[in-house]
Amino acid sequence: MNRPANIEGASCKDAPILKERGQREVFCGLTGIIWLHRKMQDAFFLVVGSRTCAHLLQSAAGVMIFAEPRFGTAILEEGDLAGMADAHEELDREVEKLLSRRPDIKQLFLVGSCPSEVIKLDLARAAERLTQVHAPHVRVLNYSGSGIETTFTQGEDACLASMVPVLPATGDRELLLVGALPDVVEDQAVSLLTKMGIGPIRVLPAARSAEAPGVGKNTVFACLQPFLGDTAAALGRRGARMIQAPFPFGEEGTTLWLKAIADEFGVDDTTFEAVTAAPRARARTAIANASEHLRGKTIFFMPDSQLEIPLARFLVRECGMEAVEIGQPYIHKGLVSPDLDLIPAGPTISEGQDVDLQLDRVRAARPDLTVCGLGLANPLEAEGLTTKWAIELVFTPVHFYEQAGDLAGLFSRPLRRRALLKLEAAE
Amino acid sequence: MKLTVWTYEGPPHVGAMRVATAMKDLHYVLHAPQGDTYADLLFTMIERRDHRPPVTYTTFEGRDLGEDTAGIFKKTCQDAYDRFRPQALIVGASCTAELIQDDPGGLAETMGIPVPVVALELPSYQRKENFGTDETFYQLVRALAQPMDRTPGITANLIGPLALGFRHRDDIEEVKGLLYEMGIGINVVAPFGATPEELTRLGQAHVNVVMYPEHAETAARHMERTLGIPYTKTVPIGVGATHDFVAEVARLCGVEPKKDLSRLRQPWWSKSVDSTYLTGKRVFLFGDATHVKTAARIARDEMGFEVVGLGCYNREFARSIRELGREFGVEPLITDDYLEVEKAIEEASPEMILGTQMERHIGKRLGIPCAVISAPIHVQDFPARYSPQMGWEGANVIFDTWIHPLVMGLEEHLLAMFREDFEFHDEAGPSHHGGHAPKPVGVEPAGDMPVAEVAPEERISGKMKEPDGAEAAGTGSDVMVWLADAERELKKIPFFVRGKAKRNTEKYAAERGVSEISVDTLYEAKAHFAR
Repeated sequence: MNRPANIEGASCKDAPILKERGQREVFCGLTGIIWLHRKMQDAFFLVVGSRTCAHLLQSAAGVMIFAEPRFGTAILEEGDLAGMADAHEELDREVEKLLSRRPDIKQLFLVGSCPSEVIKLDLARAAERLTQVHAPHVRVLNYSGSGIETTFTQGEDACLASMVPVLPATGDRELLLVGALPDVVEDQAVSLLTKMGIGPIRVLPAARSAEAPGVGKNTVFACLQPFLGDTAAALGRRGARMIQAPFPFGEEGTTLWLKAIADEFGVDDTTFEAVTAAPRARARTAIANASEHLRGKTIFFMPDSQLEIPLARFLVRECGMEAVEIGQPYIHKGLVSPDLDLIPAGPTISEGQDVDLQLDRVRAARPDLTVCGLGLANPLEAEGLTTKWAIELVFTPVHFYEQAGDLAGLFSRPLRRRALLKLEAAE
Repeated sequence: MKLTVWTYEGPPHVGAMRVATAMKDLHYVLHAPQGDTYADLLFTMIERRDHRPPVTYTTFEGRDLGEDTAGIFKKTCQDAYDRFRPQALIVGASCTAELIQDDPGGLAETMGIPVPVVALELPSYQRKENFGTDETFYQLVRALAQPMDRTPGITANLIGPLALGFRHRDDIEEVKGLLYEMGIGINVVAPFGATPEELTRLGQAHVNVVMYPEHAETAARHMERTLGIPYTKTVPIGVGATHDFVAEVARLCGVEPKKDLSRLRQPWWSKSVDSTYLTGKRVFLFGDATHVKTAARIARDEMGFEVVGLGCYNREFARSIRELGREFGVEPLITDDYLEVEKAIEEASPEMILGTQMERHIGKRLGIPCAVISAPIHVQDFPARYSPQMGWEGANVIFDTWIHPLVMGLEEHLLAMFREDFEFHDEAGPSHHGGHAPKPVGVEPAGDMPVAEVAPEERISGKMKEPDGAEAAGTGSDVMVWLADAERELKKIPFFVRGKAKRNTEKYAAERGVSEISVDTLYEAKAHFAR
């Protein structure tokens, strides 16, 4: 087995964390709806919020989705703020209208927002009441995607965590993969594990509510994304046990992730090698090609998608980059310790954000590449810095072997482009 | 509570951001939770601005509620002033902060900040983005503009252009040119590019040119009242409107209405025989009231189109759009509900939509060409090239923009003559749009696909009857049946009028109690509805 030897010297695991608070240039958890509603094909996401929430969803999506999407916003109006009883009645009425227009909907998520939380609109109670009304055809759940409670990808965590208590119970020993990944990537993961003889494999969230996985004390689960802390805790409360590993980005991350699961299921090294050898070799070749422009370059991660630590591990260890600062909105050591462990000490690890102070650090460090949100990318480019928009990392298939080269390519493209453009006079 | 899928306008604080971002040396401190910073990307991505909007967000969290959110606001406000040293501050609350009632204006007042601080009260649960732009600009003008002596030469203020506006950047240049021809100088352009210091000098101008009433009408009225500056009512979009605008400015300023028409090509382009095919094209107009009003006149008088529907999303201007509806003999649609607009367009079956980026999506879904005439807009609507809507060059640009989505003159005839050509068929779209892939013909929608996601082209064949009499699935309660040969004939009709032909035929059949539509029914209906 080519398990990487523990690195010499200190890693980032015990590095002090720079904690900041101030202006955060990060989306709220509502944004997760953009991909969750495509993943769960019989679910509808009803945000109970303000015009700002609706505008955020529309703007974050970048382009409007062709046809009516499976999400919407019940916009609170002056009257709803005055009388709470009325707000519940109004909500019931809007849900009734929505479900009669969309008979294909089997799961409805009432998604809390900043305003609904500040006025303490009890969406849990509303979900219970509406479930009774619309059972058995539709199950109504609720979670909060509000900016005062959640950041960007944390919305997916809150959504999946809300589903855990109502998953059917099972005593079967099953592997549960947790996280909403593009189908192509999910299929690759399932196929690799199946070839090792691991199964049955279930996925949360399932594409359709009828395929929802069971959970119980014989369930073991592995997270596909590093932002699913609450979901992991909720699965733990149902008796399931988490398999900890670095996240499956790059050849090394994918191998370690698969290996942790293989060990749990007693897969022998020969089988593991037989299944992974070819895709590993392909991944290495692809990374080598794509990372040509990354070697020796410095990178600065502004906090955004929660993928920062695992991606930094990939870029530092597999693409030869040097991390200056790795910022995450919040750091859940229970999930990212295996990744932190592999990153050699050196970079600043930061949690939270005071964007102006952090931009001062970016300007001082002048990294070769800065990973940041859409609000910061063009302004930094205009200052002569090269950037990579973080949101693309969430919207693109980047996990597992076959995407490892693409993942490196996402980071190298801005650098290649900068090198390609000749916009000055030839003299 | 109102269920919304897509919105035409953001919340009012986004309107305030559009004013702040357009200006220089002004800073906006916004009491808002994490996530509201999304609005920055509208400016940095859609408009490709190379600076962050001058907005600092307090970013309070759940755990701060019930503790000291007011303290967070004051600290943020002080830090923002110290870091950015603006000439003036505006302070306000987003929708969530409005609920916690910290009173940013009152708090900022106590802080001894040595520059003007303008407090904004923008009711998020009642009003929308355009209210925010108009109100913010008005409050800035009210706080900063002072009575002053007029400039010795005749000058004008251009008011209304701001960030994320539809072609505001280029309209400014065009209007400056119109005024230059009359010997009128520019005093201040605002909010676009103006500093708070420049706003204090607004009172020196002889006239206010209100470029966009949506964003500057309240400020213009205020300046008329307090500074005695008259303002223009004509928005110079279109040839006729530009002539009228020049006349109005000349009258207000007491100068000759001098014009340089050497670059105006639109009238000849419209008169030339190649444009004959534009005659009577049925168009549907939707957008902000100002752009719809000007577009309606252009459509009818300068392009020779027939306006079959019109409306606006900004209720503040509902009255003028109702008047316009009466003038054009159509029922005006005043709504911010995207689905309602889609329904109205489907019913009117226009040959072209002139709308916003939302209508562009509606057009895509219905297979109707669309040109954008108004905000809200997309990154595509911020072209690198000079592309105004106002003035003489604006008229040229509009002519080109509007005909671009259409199938042109002879091509339209060729499509009608040889519909079955495998490469050159109508569903491939206009031949000058290389990117338009032919739509798959005859693809059955998947059984479990939600109805809303099935393209209308596919829906047309939903009620087909096979020659042996067996009905295709999906007839539902509808008793009208298209016989197979009639269905085939219907498909020969160019796609952009097919929906209308289908509806007319069904209406004709229904009125006569005919339940089976044959080829004869189709042509009887055609003759009946021939205009």
